Amino acid sequence: MSYKLQFAELLPYWNVLLYGLVFTIVLTIVSTVVGIAVGTAGAAARTFGPGWLGRIVAVYVELIRNTPFIVQLFFIFFGLPALGLKLSETIAAFLAMVINLGAYSTEIIRAGIEAVPKGHIEAGLSLAMSKWEVLRHIVLNQAFRKIYPALSSQIIIVMLGSAVVSQISAEDLTYAANYVASRNFRNFEVYLLVALGYLLLAMLTRSLLRALGRVIFKAR
Amino acid sequence: MLQFSFWDILSNLLIATQWTIVLSLIAFFCGGIVGLVLLFMRTSRIAPLEWFTKIYIEFFQGTPLLMQLFLFFFGIALFGVEVSPWMAATLALTFWTSAFLTEIWRGCVEAIPKGQWEASSSLALSYIEQMRYVILPQASRIAVAPTVGFSVQVIKGTALASIIGFVELTKAGTMLNNATFRPFLVYSLVALIYFCLCFPLSWWAKKIEGRLNVAR
Amino acid sequence: MSLVSIRDVRKSFGPNEVLKGVSLDIAKGDVVAIIGRSGSGKSTLLRCINGLETYQSGSIVADGIEVAGANTNLRELRRHVGMVFQQFNLFPHLTAAENVMLAPTVVNKVSKAEARATAAEVLAKVGLSEKMDAYPSELSGGQQQRVAIARSLAMRPKVLLCDEITSALDPELVNEVLRVVEQLAREGMTLILVTHEMRFARDVGTKLVFMHHGKVHEEGVPKEVFAAPRTPELQQFVGQVG
Repeated sequence: MSYKLQFAELLPYWNVLLYGLVFTIVLTIVSTVVGIAVGTAGAAARTFGPGWLGRIVAVYVELIRNTPFIVQLFFIFFGLPALGLKLSETIAAFLAMVINLGAYSTEIIRAGIEAVPKGHIEAGLSLAMSKWEVLRHIVLNQAFRKIYPALSSQIIIVMLGSAVVSQISAEDLTYAANYVASRNFRNFEVYLLVALGYLLLAMLTRSLLRALGRVIFKAR
Repeated sequence: MLQFSFWDILSNLLIATQWTIVLSLIAFFCGGIVGLVLLFMRTSRIAPLEWFTKIYIEFFQGTPLLMQLFLFFFGIALFGVEVSPWMAATLALTFWTSAFLTEIWRGCVEAIPKGQWEASSSLALSYIEQMRYVILPQASRIAVAPTVGFSVQVIKGTALASIIGFVELTKAGTMLNNATFRPFLVYSLVALIYFCLCFPLSWWAKKIEGRLNVAR
Repeated sequence: MSLVSIRDVRKSFGPNEVLKGVSLDIAKGDVVAIIGRSGSGKSTLLRCINGLETYQSGSIVADGIEVAGANTNLRELRRHVGMVFQQFNLFPHLTAAENVMLAPTVVNKVSKAEARATAAEVLAKVGLSEKMDAYPSELSGGQQQRVAIARSLAMRPKVLLCDEITSALDPELVNEVLRVVEQLAREGMTLILVTHEMRFARDVGTKLVFMHHGKVHEEGVPKEVFAAPRTPELQQFVGQVG
């Protein structure tokens, strides 16, 4: 190979890349928290809610799970303004992430809820607890413990998928990489560095979530 | 200015959908072949081979598919080879798919009781023979559902090829949007077409999984 | 006046009628043992009393509350009607004490401290004072079932329904649970038990109910009924299990 990799030329842009990194991290954290809240509500609606609500949630889940994230993003950012709903790049990115993770976590949490033995629910009801109290104190706790690994994987998948928000000019890590590449034309070096950055972030997130899981579910 | 009717938009999208399907099929089948090779390496109990596959999988599962597309697109060019978006997309999607399929299949292989390995090695079968005649026939039964399920991810993954300029369904949608300024209609149709491609596969995967659970 | 009154209750699962007009009166302080073959409808009857199952016709009134379909104030009903299950159904993510404290704090809005005092009291009653902070997975089956009894007692129920509570236990663990139930009976707790423990039914029960094909086939004072079963079905049943 006659070409020489020149990573030194990336140095002047460290602040751009750092900004992108922080953006990606914040985007991931916020959409994880809100997305799982949406997923919990969705799963509760599908398992404990009235039938019509469960069907609406099912349609939402299937629509999101069977279309690419980039199309969802474009639909929100380019399509919704046609209906009079104009969103900034950043808000559109956050919204798309939440909607996406919300659908996946609905399915994951629902599976967890359905894995809780029916007898536990009956025991809770027999203690005069309401459906929602049973859900909150008995079912969700056990469900989350069971699906925590699957949910963790999904969070990392969504984090990596967030690279796509650069396509509507939300200023994440990939956007930063595109910006640097357009300035110094060291495409390969930039993308390699940023890819490794994502890899590190994914590994870090995984260990962090594992440690967090040990703290939350310390019992037993 | 050129006028686009609803049918013009739809027919243009459907033409581009062919490329989404072709790219998906190639990525899925090539990825499957590479994945099978990697599966043998990953379960071989030969340390260097296992290490290689572990790092390979870690990289392709731990970085964004979009980055992988960029790396192939710009990386191959460094060797002085002219890269088309088509070639970069095919390569990146193949490697990406293979990493996920290897991990899915490894889980299925590991679900086979240890006694099967012990029994078959007691019959003097070699590692390859054990896999070929004893383990894979059993593992493949439980592998069908998650494999079909992952094919949905492959179809959705091909949408990213649009970013490096490959004209498939998503790219066609962007181009039609620029020409018609009807983003709501165009992206609704794009989403609907993806849904029609993916949903039957998702549904099928779920059905097979349910049947397996009943059989158990 | 009876504490639980069951009038001509009928219940079907699809085409299969499991309760074909059951009537029973249970007074305060009664210890009712319901026996019968599996499939005779005894567990279903028990589950109808606290509204875990609905029934198609007839009526059940428990502690003055009519148990009837969706309009029933099930929460009020279940505050006074406790239930213990064959499979214990302890909540695995909570300790023994937390299992007991959950309903009082959530349903009755009792303070944590007060609930813990109650938990200590009821767990002492079932002989598990030293296991308050153990998780269900750390307890034997017999201990788990005693925690489950304590969990129901913490709500101060007026009636306790026991659904084959020793059937899932290893034989050597059955007695520790029965002793607890016997003590409750002696203290005057109203109990309705579906059970296969014939000796226990005879010695502790104040009333025996033999169910057969979805009906009360024979009932009376346990010692008398066991000594002289009137119907051939009960004779046969007692002959088999006794």
